[in-house]
Amino acid sequence: MLNMQDIMETITMIQDENLDIRTITMGISLIDCADADIEKSCKKVYDKICSNAKDLVKTGELLERKYGIPIVNKRISVTPISLLAGVSGGDPVEYAKTLDRAAQTVGVNFIGGYSALVQKGFSAGDKKLIESIPRALSETELVCSSVNIGSTKAGINMDAVKLMGGIVRDTAEKTKDNQCIGAAKLVVFCNAVEDNPFMAGAFHGLSEPDTVLSVGVSGPGVVRSVLAKMPDEAPLNVIAEEIKKTAFKITRVGQLVGSEAAEILKVQFGIIDLSLAPTPAVGDSVAHILEEIGLEQCGAHGTTAALAMLNDAVKKGGLMASGSVGGLSGAFIPVTEDAGMIAAAREGALSIEKLEAMTAVCSVGLDMIVIPGDTKAEVISAIIADEAAIGMINSKTTAVRVIPAIDVPEGTELDFGGLLGSGPVMKLCGKSPAKMINRGGRIPAPMQSLKN
Amino acid sequence: MKEIKKAVVTVIGKDMVGILSRVSTAIAGGNASVIEVSQTVLDGYFCMIMIVNITEATLGFEELKNSITESVPEMKVHLMHEDIFNSMHRI
Repeated sequence: MLNMQDIMETITMIQDENLDIRTITMGISLIDCADADIEKSCKKVYDKICSNAKDLVKTGELLERKYGIPIVNKRISVTPISLLAGVSGGDPVEYAKTLDRAAQTVGVNFIGGYSALVQKGFSAGDKKLIESIPRALSETELVCSSVNIGSTKAGINMDAVKLMGGIVRDTAEKTKDNQCIGAAKLVVFCNAVEDNPFMAGAFHGLSEPDTVLSVGVSGPGVVRSVLAKMPDEAPLNVIAEEIKKTAFKITRVGQLVGSEAAEILKVQFGIIDLSLAPTPAVGDSVAHILEEIGLEQCGAHGTTAALAMLNDAVKKGGLMASGSVGGLSGAFIPVTEDAGMIAAAREGALSIEKLEAMTAVCSVGLDMIVIPGDTKAEVISAIIADEAAIGMINSKTTAVRVIPAIDVPEGTELDFGGLLGSGPVMKLCGKSPAKMINRGGRIPAPMQSLKN
Repeated sequence: MKEIKKAVVTVIGKDMVGILSRVSTAIAGGNASVIEVSQTVLDGYFCMIMIVNITEATLGFEELKNSITESVPEMKVHLMHEDIFNSMHRI
């Protein structure tokens, strides 16, 4: 039997605490679209996406009405395009434009998978695709791109790291008239996951089924308000327990919506990613949860420990709530997308060094960080290398999504609008890593890779 | 036996005359039937939760919700399928 308290709790979560389904993402394999002729290949890609995802948005809206919970984004992820580009040759940007067109046709918010997996080296198509990223992201609107440059199994491909520093800069440069937004749609990964439903890093992994539906839930506001009701003297293990229970409830909603959407669309249900994904909206911030735990401001000493506990408690609660937890599952810390992080960065309480430490214990990496416009390519490469090293050694996913604020005068901020938010330029260390980055080559796979 | 589909309707806002009657009329207008009502007035604030059988309803979720909202425009109305509550609060 339903009781009044439970009903009111659910309604308060949705109405006042911003509980939402952040995304339903349809993963579509494009392997059967590969063709030696790029024109034919693009046509097959367009047709397959449009036919498989034609009811995705409609189904999302139907479930929004049925359960009274917002489903903020409807998205598509596809097989890494480097594979198709490898078969067809030609200009990979044609694929980006095709993806953009297909995404517009079916009405989704983003399409991810303009990607290459080069952790151990480049195969046919990989390099060409990577080099085309700045053009692809400046000439399309909805396409997101990611490149995996390292893994615990393979080590770090430092040639790719070197290349990506320049690519991130060029992408920002090419979109400088539009808040350098291109760089906000490009993620450089170590240990990329194949079933991540969150953008910009989503792609449809090679081991995934033909078509699959995954869900990303969110709810930093819900966790925060639960913690706000706890007494100041509650010990941390009790706090962790409350976070766990809340994560459980949030995940159950995701499981319900995801499995029903998959059923309606007649595709396999993939995974539920139970990440706490913040938005710039007030009351939807991960930083504010950390502050609620007991920090004066996010970035204070103690932030890493609080985040580690939060991340772990979220996973534990989610694991029991769903039989198929996957993706990144944990707490996200994208600076420009989080009201609390933006405030901490503006005040100088939160530095990029602290963020780097935080990435060692949460589910992603240096995310949505605005860096000075005159940052050299090799410095960006070095940031990527540092993050990848943390991921490689700790057997976890790490990523870099930094936005060089090209031609933006000091003291002003970038403003992307919507979920991507806005943020101040963060200071970097001025010393040069050029010699190390220019060596290229490979950082060999670590001891952790030899598990067999 | 046909499975019974249930929805939860909540109406919250400042108390006034005739809320229950108007809401029930709107629900009946969509051929849905009220199974259970729980209602309190606290400090002048009216809070009502109804469990409604929508198995035979002629209106969809959105239309039914709109029709209830129109009947009591001063109030905050929610209409949700009961499954969301069951999955959140029951193991």
